[in-house]
Amino acid sequence: MKILLMLSVVPDTTSKINFTDDGTRFDKTGIQFVINPHDEFGLTKAMQIKEKTGAELHVVHVGPKENESVIRKTLAIGADKAFRIDADPRDSYYTAAQLAEFLKDKDYDLIIAGRESIDYNGSMVHGIVSALTGIRFINAVIGLELEGDKVLVDREIEGGKETLETRLPLIIGGQKGLVKEEELRIPNMRGIMMARRKPLEVLPPVEAPELTEYVKFEKPPAKGSVKLIDKDNLDELIDLLHNEAKVI
Amino acid sequence: MAILIYAEHQNGKPNKTAKELASYASAFAARTGDQVIALGFGLTEPEELYRYGVHKVLNVEDPRFADFNARAYAEAFRQAADATGASLILTGQTADALYFTPLLAGLLQSAYVTQVIDLPESVEPFTVKRKAFSNKAIAHVVLKTPVKILNLAKNSFGLRENAVEGTVETFAPQVDDGVFEDIKRVKVEKASGKVPLSDAEIIVSGGRGLKGPENWGMIEELAEVLGAATACSKPVADMGWRPHSEHVGQTGKQVAPNLYIAIGISGAIQHLAGVNSSKNILVINIDPEAPFFKAADYGVVGDAFEVVPALIEKLKKFKLNS
Ligand SMILES: Cc1cc2nc3c(=O)[nH]c(=O)nc-3n(C[C@H](O)[C@H](O)[C@H](O)COP(=O)(O)OP(=O)(O)OC[C@H]3O[C@@H](n4cnc5c(N)ncnc54)[C@H](O)[C@@H]3O)c2cc1C
Repeated sequence: MKILLMLSVVPDTTSKINFTDDGTRFDKTGIQFVINPHDEFGLTKAMQIKEKTGAELHVVHVGPKENESVIRKTLAIGADKAFRIDADPRDSYYTAAQLAEFLKDKDYDLIIAGRESIDYNGSMVHGIVSALTGIRFINAVIGLELEGDKVLVDREIEGGKETLETRLPLIIGGQKGLVKEEELRIPNMRGIMMARRKPLEVLPPVEAPELTEYVKFEKPPAKGSVKLIDKDNLDELIDLLHNEAKVI
Repeated sequence: MAILIYAEHQNGKPNKTAKELASYASAFAARTGDQVIALGFGLTEPEELYRYGVHKVLNVEDPRFADFNARAYAEAFRQAADATGASLILTGQTADALYFTPLLAGLLQSAYVTQVIDLPESVEPFTVKRKAFSNKAIAHVVLKTPVKILNLAKNSFGLRENAVEGTVETFAPQVDDGVFEDIKRVKVEKASGKVPLSDAEIIVSGGRGLKGPENWGMIEELAEVLGAATACSKPVADMGWRPHSEHVGQTGKQVAPNLYIAIGISGAIQHLAGVNSSKNILVINIDPEAPFFKAADYGVVGDAFEVVPALIEKLKKFKLNS
């Protein structure tokens, strides 16, 4: 069995987000980059399957050289081999086209992505890859069980979940729930040492169109200051919610 | 030209997201002169959409589409877009739409933008505003293909009535049986009788400040009085005090109700990322320095175990009198 993690590298969740060049570019100064939190659940799930079945685990990332330290982290956690497609993932279609091209001559059984990346929050690269490759796809996955040829997948739906039955090969958009929070892996010293010797292959991008263009960024308008209501005067609160906010 | 929207429904009635998409399409069409067309699967009350400006409803009655199937729905949308000559396709921020729309974007090789929060700023070039960086930024994005697809952030546009005369047509997409066999639903579990988080106008959310799962009775009671859904912070779900489906924030659900009530939640940046699009935020916290107050519209500094029961009593009286 062969598993692929499609890795997204994102600013740490505590990052202050700023822009430079008159709001046209994301300012990376002082930002620490990490494995996309949604991908972490998928990586741990992949490791669990690897340990149970002896599966081989590869990682692919579309992004610049500076992201290699984060790619190495996935190797330190236990992935066997990584690929970096040397391109700027500015547009989702362009990024998906790179991944689809990468998959052309491969035979992965399970391809894992995160539901969305926490920087651009596009929620689409893995779905577009499915459309371009024809590999079946399930999104918002919160549970996955392999039973021989069969795969049982839990998907989060509005107000609940559903269980879907399908087969491999399969692309999933994973999220919290795929494994338990306390099962999440972090690299240990031995893993970090081993990761240095694991292959990280750099591939050139292929021609593909960019269908969108980010022209400007800004910060959302700041909130006005909070109206504090005395805890012994909750009638005032109800009045404000009713007459001012008009929400009750 | 036409704008094609996804008419998602509950028991055959178009849901709030469908009406919001119709409102958005109709407002945009007022500028462009486009026809607004809705595509739904098994709608029983399609006429409800006329009120929000939909001129034509394409209703798929083929029973194979009764259960949601992303690939089949994407295929149906592709065929509907072809048949209607739609240049703009709109879907909403729901689990099903977020699943099938990227497939559609890939099939059509169309520019697709999610988290859209307003009408296009310009038509040429076609530019929209979207949320990015987990609500910490707003981006202006140009879509460069002839057919464009937008996914509208929940509750960002609102419902606007604009009644028109409409028609309903049966639409019969050609999709092979194999597509429906390929991924099959074997089980559904839905919490019944509770307001689902995603549709809620008001959300009552509890954090670690509530000390333990046994104290959620007052949270549920407050939610019931308000007709609200319940939610929680990440550690609360991680510790198993509440189900994971209630976890909101950057790594949980993103919500944008009209009123979000945060009780015993500190307001960590990752929590705020999932809730700060709410129209109004009320924070109840014992610590006047809690960071959540900076992101709130209304705040009560106090012990939740005193404030919440008192608030429930006052609200009950208020509801009786109004
Ligand atoms: C990668 C990553 C992703 C994350 N994603 C999320 C996410 O999606 N959602 C999320 O919520 N968190 C997320 N977190 C966790 C986040 O950083 C915070 O740890 C978490 O939100 C804190 O939860 P809390 O506010 O319930 O608890 P605490 O921070 O412990 O706050 C408890 C609050 O309760 C108040 N309190 C105590 N007693 C009372 C009382 N009697 N009455 C009233 N108030 C009282 C306290 O003053 C305090 O403000 C994430 C963290 C990381 C690192």
